[in-house]
Amino acid sequence: MIELDGAGRTFKVKRTVVHAVRDLSFTVSAGEFVGYLGPNGAGKSTTIKMLCGILTPTSGRVRVAGLDPSRRRTTLARRIGVVFGQRTTLWWDLPLLDSFQLIRHLYKVDRSAFESRLDELTQTLDLGAFLRTPVRQLSLGQRMRGDLAAALLHAPDVLVLDEPTIGLDVVSKASIREFLLRLNAEQGTTVLLTTHDLGDIERLCRRVMLIDHGRLAFDGTLDDLMATAPEQSSIEDVVTRLYTGTAQ
Amino acid sequence: MVRTYFLLVWTWTRASAAYPASFALMCVLGFVTAALDVAVILVIFANTTTLAGFSRDEVLFLYGAAALPFTICDTFVSNIDRVSQHIKAGTLDTVLIRPVSAWVQLTADRFNANRIGRILQACLVLGYAVAALGLDWERTWMIPVMVLTGVVIFSALWTLGGALQFVLTDAPEVISSFTYGGLQLTQYPFSIYGRDLVSGVTYVLPLAFVNWQPGLYVLGRDDPFGTPEFLRFLGPAAALVLSLPAALAWRQGIRHYRSTGS
Amino acid sequence: MPSPTPATHNPCLPSANPCPGPGTLRNRALTHRRCKTIPLYARLVRYGFRKHATYVGAALAGAFTNSVFGILRAYILIALWQARPGLAGYDLIDAVTYCFITQAFIGPMQLFGGGLGIPERIRSGDIALDLVRPASLQLWSLAEDLGRALYLFIVRGLPPMFVGAALFGIFVPTDPGHWLAFLTGFMIAAVASFGWRYLVALSVCWLVDDRGVAVLSLVFTTFMSGMMVPLHIFPGWFADLARSLPWAAMVQLPTDLYLGKGPVLETLALQAFWAAVLLGLGALGTRAIRHKVVIQGG
Repeated sequence: MIELDGAGRTFKVKRTVVHAVRDLSFTVSAGEFVGYLGPNGAGKSTTIKMLCGILTPTSGRVRVAGLDPSRRRTTLARRIGVVFGQRTTLWWDLPLLDSFQLIRHLYKVDRSAFESRLDELTQTLDLGAFLRTPVRQLSLGQRMRGDLAAALLHAPDVLVLDEPTIGLDVVSKASIREFLLRLNAEQGTTVLLTTHDLGDIERLCRRVMLIDHGRLAFDGTLDDLMATAPEQSSIEDVVTRLYTGTAQ
Repeated sequence: MVRTYFLLVWTWTRASAAYPASFALMCVLGFVTAALDVAVILVIFANTTTLAGFSRDEVLFLYGAAALPFTICDTFVSNIDRVSQHIKAGTLDTVLIRPVSAWVQLTADRFNANRIGRILQACLVLGYAVAALGLDWERTWMIPVMVLTGVVIFSALWTLGGALQFVLTDAPEVISSFTYGGLQLTQYPFSIYGRDLVSGVTYVLPLAFVNWQPGLYVLGRDDPFGTPEFLRFLGPAAALVLSLPAALAWRQGIRHYRSTGS
Repeated sequence: MPSPTPATHNPCLPSANPCPGPGTLRNRALTHRRCKTIPLYARLVRYGFRKHATYVGAALAGAFTNSVFGILRAYILIALWQARPGLAGYDLIDAVTYCFITQAFIGPMQLFGGGLGIPERIRSGDIALDLVRPASLQLWSLAEDLGRALYLFIVRGLPPMFVGAALFGIFVPTDPGHWLAFLTGFMIAAVASFGWRYLVALSVCWLVDDRGVAVLSLVFTTFMSGMMVPLHIFPGWFADLARSLPWAAMVQLPTDLYLGKGPVLETLALQAFWAAVLLGLGALGTRAIRHKVVIQGG
């Protein structure tokens, strides 16, 4: 579903060349649920942007659902759903339902398919109470659920999430995690989850990738991850060791 | 693409229809603001019967013929000049995730149906002038043609402005001096301007084809600058000539954003 | 015409208030002592100047726009004065100069509205903090606004004048007394412009939708002030009326002082009268808003 082969991305920041992503290669098959970890500035957001087509890679190859995001942006957009944790994909001034209607028109979703999908998402994400509230008046948890629904209205094959649980309370986090698990299990949607919250990784991801200084530092199952530092008992300590390890 | 645009526009209009009083107020306010320019023309003609060889009703005709395409574009296309705001807020990324061209999304973004007040004002002025002038009926076919070419020219101008905002992200106001300046320029007969300026807006940035050149034909007048007759009919060609670089510049702007991530 | 407004800033931090008084914050908040020391307001003028000096890009963009429109308007006025030489006692040079002076006024007098952070602070409720400061909200805002006007006079006012001088040729007074009269008139006009905008800003507190007032204000400050066309060319009685209204004090009267038209002392007196009236109304408005916000908690 997702293929990166030697992908690289450099930026020119005031005459110096910064390698945000360097020689990144990994493959994610359909139906997988992958966690994407990394310290701040490691290149996570840059990877996400390259997958969506917002940013073009400076080297290497990127394919999502068999399509090149930088060349087939609009075609790919129909098959991919994106959630940015730190900003919303919804329209700020409009009621939530109007945002959904706009998305229906933008993605050309068939009316009956849209309505049944909307009902389903309203139920599972519990959106009913605030469907008519303007997005700017929603709490963070409500807005995040709205963003999730918005990303899934067109039944994408791939769901990419950039720190979706950031700033949420325990209850909201739990409900979103449960929703994502069910989505992956029942619909077979491929999920790529970027997060700082190791609880997300523990509960959701069978496979974990760790990026640091633009390079892939680890790629394996959760058990493999714990095995890299058998003397450490918590996942926090294991990951910290990996972060500081790659820094050396 | 057109269908998507109108569906987006309709959703925004429905949202503002929830507040009808506010909508009506904004229509009226738009009308009033636009009417100030007409008030200036009327004050000028309270002091003279001709301005650079044109009568009051002729000037009102030229004003209406410029204001109508401008206000139409102001309603349907002008939101594109908020590109720098979107870049700074990070919302351009949200636009690029969607399976619709960024241009369609940005021009429809926060569509303001109440700008119809301004379109109405321009229609009224144009209608009055056409009625008051007693034009040669055989020439009036040019009027809808000039409004249409005007819409294309102003749209191209706005798109160029939007494209420039990808590089001039911190100075969007500079660009508005070209779009709104374009309206200011075309409101009055070009005979008031210097020869160099008129050449510039005829052969470089073809604003002369919004209302001046075709307008001379409708009014049955010769060009005080002595341009040949066939120029009056080049409006559509000029619109096309401007649209091409505008479209290319826009595509280049998007490409620039996607390759620098600024 | 779009005009950017800088983000609001609350200088209501202890370090920003050099006014001497009891040390505790609580005491300062509860004491409605008026702090009328000159150094405070002089400092505020400087603060306003420096705050707006950080937005050089926006100011220069504004200068560019104002210059472009100056050029376009100049042609209109030239055509009119060629059809009617000596209209309203102006000759051609006067008319062109008038055009560029009024364009230069747009920045300092904020003729297209804005320049005050008050409406946003009213909507967010932060205005309550401003109202319990031991200094008058109105005078505080005036001082900051004058700093802004000074800065924009230099960065946004001078360029259109230079452009006009370079492309068309404008009248420049040579007599120092003439300059003194003009600069005095300019300062009073800036105060009058503040007075009006302050009233408009306060009205936000009582109106649900302030856009109607904003447009009305725009009609007054751009059309009735003499910015779009000189008030002298309005038809008969309308011209007399417009010349005696407060908005003329913001544009037409100081412009006439620059051009050397009309009696100096009477003009300055009329300007000062309107500035005083507007400030007086503003003081009443401040009292009303304090009552509403601080005492009633509205």
